[in-house]
Amino acid sequence: MELLNNLAIGFATAGTLNNLFYCFVGVALGTLIGVLPGIGPLATIAMLLPATYKMADPTTALIMLAGIYYGAQYGGSTTAILVNLPGESSSVVTTLDGYQMARKGRAGPALAIAGIGSFFAGTVATFLLAAFAPPLAEIAFKFGPAEYFALMVLGLIAAVVLANGSVLKALAMVVLGLLLGMIGTDVNSGVARFSFDVPELSDGIEFVAVAMGMFGFAEIILNLEQKENREVFTSKVTNLMPRWDDFKRAFPAILRGTGIGSVLGILPGGGAVLASFSSYAIEKKISKHPEEFGHGAIEGVAGPESANNAGAQTSFIPMLTLGIPTTPVMALMVAAMMIHNIQPGPQVMSSNPKLFWGLIVSMWIGNLMLLVLNLPLVGMWVKLLSVPYRVMYPAILLFCCIGAYSINNNVFDVFMTIPFAILGYVFKKLDCEPAPMLLGFVLGKLMEEYLRRAMTISRGDWSVFVTRPLSASLLAVAAVLLVIVFMPAIKKKRAEAFAGDD
Amino acid sequence: MQIRNQRDFWAGVLFIVTGLIFMVLSRQYNVGTSAKMGPGYFPMALGGLMAILGVMVLIPSVLKSSEILKVTKIEPRMILLVLVAVAVYAFALPKLGFIVALFLLITISSFASHEFSLKTTLISAVLLLVFSWLVFVKGLELQFPFLPTFLTNN
Repeated sequence: MELLNNLAIGFATAGTLNNLFYCFVGVALGTLIGVLPGIGPLATIAMLLPATYKMADPTTALIMLAGIYYGAQYGGSTTAILVNLPGESSSVVTTLDGYQMARKGRAGPALAIAGIGSFFAGTVATFLLAAFAPPLAEIAFKFGPAEYFALMVLGLIAAVVLANGSVLKALAMVVLGLLLGMIGTDVNSGVARFSFDVPELSDGIEFVAVAMGMFGFAEIILNLEQKENREVFTSKVTNLMPRWDDFKRAFPAILRGTGIGSVLGILPGGGAVLASFSSYAIEKKISKHPEEFGHGAIEGVAGPESANNAGAQTSFIPMLTLGIPTTPVMALMVAAMMIHNIQPGPQVMSSNPKLFWGLIVSMWIGNLMLLVLNLPLVGMWVKLLSVPYRVMYPAILLFCCIGAYSINNNVFDVFMTIPFAILGYVFKKLDCEPAPMLLGFVLGKLMEEYLRRAMTISRGDWSVFVTRPLSASLLAVAAVLLVIVFMPAIKKKRAEAFAGDD
Repeated sequence: MQIRNQRDFWAGVLFIVTGLIFMVLSRQYNVGTSAKMGPGYFPMALGGLMAILGVMVLIPSVLKSSEILKVTKIEPRMILLVLVAVAVYAFALPKLGFIVALFLLITISSFASHEFSLKTTLISAVLLLVFSWLVFVKGLELQFPFLPTFLTNN
């Protein structure tokens, strides 16, 4: 069977001592940084990305980055459960019941179930990835510039629909991102656009600087505005093992969460957030004890955590097969691949089978390591959390500054984080989500390029987007999504889904 | 006219202004035709789209039907201290080296906290210095000037 063959290639690649080591380092570092409150996977990867620049083998670099990604995600859940501070939007729901469990002295079982659920979901999603990536890549070879443009439109619209808050504002944020992506040299004419004669700007703005400023620094300032008001459960995490009864209640939730997460994760626009929110809503709806939700129901931890991790895994599918990042985290992965001269896209699977399958298998290995690493080490992460925020945030600032500098060994990128920190802060104050903007920023140049090519081929005839069936159907889905989200009834439901507890 | 939803109002204004700025700036580049797009074409169109979206965000915020939403208080002290710390770090690094830059960054940014203590700040700066040296300089072999240039004579 071809799938087994491919997985064998993957195991041979991911199983080398060197790759196992970096997978472990990635998972451990990711968890370590991800545990810090207010730092999500995006900021963690951005911070640690430069560490992989020097690696000789791009496979090793990607394996480590992927390890950092799910390590950070798991670390974020630990923080959500123990400190009630979600590191990212997809672990917001985990705080609802996880933190309540911790308050009742059941932090151990909450953490264990989150770990087990994530591992199970990760395993299933990895298999899905291995099974569905090849046929999807086949389709991708049929894509022309018009299809790629339509697909990006769909991706951005989906990101808007799945983002929290006002659809119009999210749309405007996407456009802003696209515009900021225009800064730098235009490949067709060689004109340096919007660079105001600053030489560094003619290469465009570094994505990492934007991400750090808007997510890392802006978040720190916002956290500082709220005076320190945290309860940490450090002494009470002793009994890790969930009871038999816990397993019985959690397992169906894990199954459902995995299903929801796997499906929504493939969607462009980062379904992980919606996945965890919907999983929570479903568990609450079908539970025999809905009154327990919000007071420490184990299903409320198990479901969303599994959904979250499954979504994180399947979000690799569009990136690996189409070469299009659908979440900001995937955008960073693309950046890492480009640094090693690998153009992400459907050809990666055939031209770099070791990288492709090695990465997929390493995801499963990484999830296993995560489980083995975290259950015994929970005590250590808890200690880390008892470090007060006033000591922690200068350290976070420092690591970000080191990371930004190492992109090009130039302080210019450190300076660039400052305007984006201000922008991120202002937008947060105005209830505008920064995530869609980042996605637009990443796709800006690609989108323009594909639009130009499509229009050159069609000699300026816009109908090319609707006369080619694939492109037409992609745009139709995007249009339907937009119409649906503006319908009053759906608008209300969407607001409810994101409100989480009601 | 009364601004009822302040957050939407200012977001709308921001979007309109930015959109218009990009449109004006795009005029210096060749726009071209749809069959042969110049470097100004796509940004010009996006700027226009953004301004329109801005108007659509802004208008409902002044209507009677809008809920009243204020922008929460902005604390310039925090923003300034955190960002000045980053800027000082960036200024200091090339000439004064990492050690000095680290102490400046940690000390200045620590002032932003409600509970500043010089002792903990200095202790954590020393610990971070050791950690960074081990992880970033020795472990990951990142390249940055560590000591002030007048000490290393380059």
